[in-house]
Amino acid sequence: MHREDFPILKQELIYLDNSATTLKPQKVIDAVVDYYTKYTANAHRGDYDNSLKVDMMYEEVRTKVKDFIHGNDEREIIFTSGTTDSLNRIVFGYMKYFLKPGDEVLITKAEHASNILPWLELEKEIGIKVKYIPLENHLVTLKNVENNITDKTKVISLAHITNVLGDIRPITEIGKLCRDCHILFVVDGAQSVPHIKIDVNEMNIDFLAFSAHKMLGPTGVGVLYGRLGLLENMKPTCFGGGMNATFTSTGEVEYKSLPSRLEAGTPNIAGVIGMGAAIDYLMDIGMENITKQERNLKAYFLEKAKEVPNLVIYNKEMEGSLIAFNIDGIFSQDTAVYLNHYHICVRAGNHCAKILKEDLLVKNTCRISFYFYNTEKEIDQVIEVLKKSKEIFQIVL
Amino acid sequence: MDPTLKRRIMLEHYEHPINRGLIEDDTYIKINTNNESCIDNLDIMYKIENGRISDIRFDGEACVISISATSIMIKNLIGKTKEQIMEILENYENMIDQREYDEHILGELNVYHDIYQQPNRKKCALLPFESLKKILEKM
Repeated sequence: MHREDFPILKQELIYLDNSATTLKPQKVIDAVVDYYTKYTANAHRGDYDNSLKVDMMYEEVRTKVKDFIHGNDEREIIFTSGTTDSLNRIVFGYMKYFLKPGDEVLITKAEHASNILPWLELEKEIGIKVKYIPLENHLVTLKNVENNITDKTKVISLAHITNVLGDIRPITEIGKLCRDCHILFVVDGAQSVPHIKIDVNEMNIDFLAFSAHKMLGPTGVGVLYGRLGLLENMKPTCFGGGMNATFTSTGEVEYKSLPSRLEAGTPNIAGVIGMGAAIDYLMDIGMENITKQERNLKAYFLEKAKEVPNLVIYNKEMEGSLIAFNIDGIFSQDTAVYLNHYHICVRAGNHCAKILKEDLLVKNTCRISFYFYNTEKEIDQVIEVLKKSKEIFQIVL
Repeated sequence: MDPTLKRRIMLEHYEHPINRGLIEDDTYIKINTNNESCIDNLDIMYKIENGRISDIRFDGEACVISISATSIMIKNLIGKTKEQIMEILENYENMIDQREYDEHILGELNVYHDIYQQPNRKKCALLPFESLKKILEKM
């Protein structure tokens, strides 16, 4: 679907590492290049035409993001450098001042490092307690979350879709539970926002983090969404230009209001404008259509995979658009190098979820992750190569 | 080197590595080697006696290059003195980085002579030797 929009696909390439990053359509590339070739200027400053145009373009993206995730107010959208940055700001700009020693934060072992390490640091810093919701067949269930809530639970922080197995968590139900129990709900949307429709109100999400580059946009830019009342109490983790209203040599400082207060320094203007173009592009296709196409691809792969007897798939029943697999008896990295020989890009490793192996009992996997521009024909080619995997060491050695 | 022979040597060491499996013995020095660029993860244990490495054992999960290189390293180094090991190490690193080296002292390690053609796998071939450097400091 829409392959002609992606200039990189003119080369011989079967790109199946979309959970890591996605390819860029011409419209996104053009939006970034136009900023650099036609109207370069800083934001929020000058009184000349190009600067005013930058302001307009930059702020327009905030509205696009708000509409894309069905938020209420532009001030709830903060531009960051990506999901990791957003999650760190939630932890060190808000939770650090909101939480008290002994308060509990619930996460799982299947989270990405970005949704574990900041919490572990905060645990060391102020004495909160990080607790892991036990997984049931690798899954988070509403019942399991419920069973692990105590009167000390103040935050639940979960990936909407995990990056290793692609299971989709019951976010709406957990969100409602959080609201009923007065627990803050943080959602890592890096693997979900690009693939399925998000509604922060319907899902009762208090904080949401995601990255532009996993949804056709440029690298180095992302979003922190927070409910207005929460963001108003969030402290900046970065101070400097663009975020202060006045300051004196004696230390009297007044910061600007939202969202500027949380966006110190010259922002990634080209990145933000590129992200805007990516959102326009995704909205044109329609998120429902994207989800549907990916589900079809996954189902098609699983059907074809039956022809490859030595293929072990770990997440057949998960809904998300990725396949975690190994060729029986072959180290995942060797498989990835073998596939690369046929210009097939997959990821091998533990996918930044290093403690999941304690639960999964498999240390490393290969991961195929689809996006809407992948095709059944590509899957046929992958299956053919996997069928010949007896030759793997003739190829990789 | 003949590609078929080269492959056969690597596969032999991959499928039947020398001294795979760790033992409980405090007289060994145990080092974890974790390849920062990828996912190989090996534990290697060394025993030093009378100025020589008298035994090396290893275990872990890694790719065909790392496992075979570890096995060949073990085969080549047991019984060697610090000076001999340093000479092998220097020549091996020179070979991997396409500098001048003496192939005569590298034995089966010569199978990695063209690994530079796959830059992402150079680290795999060097992986076991990273732990060896820490051992040399103790000899």
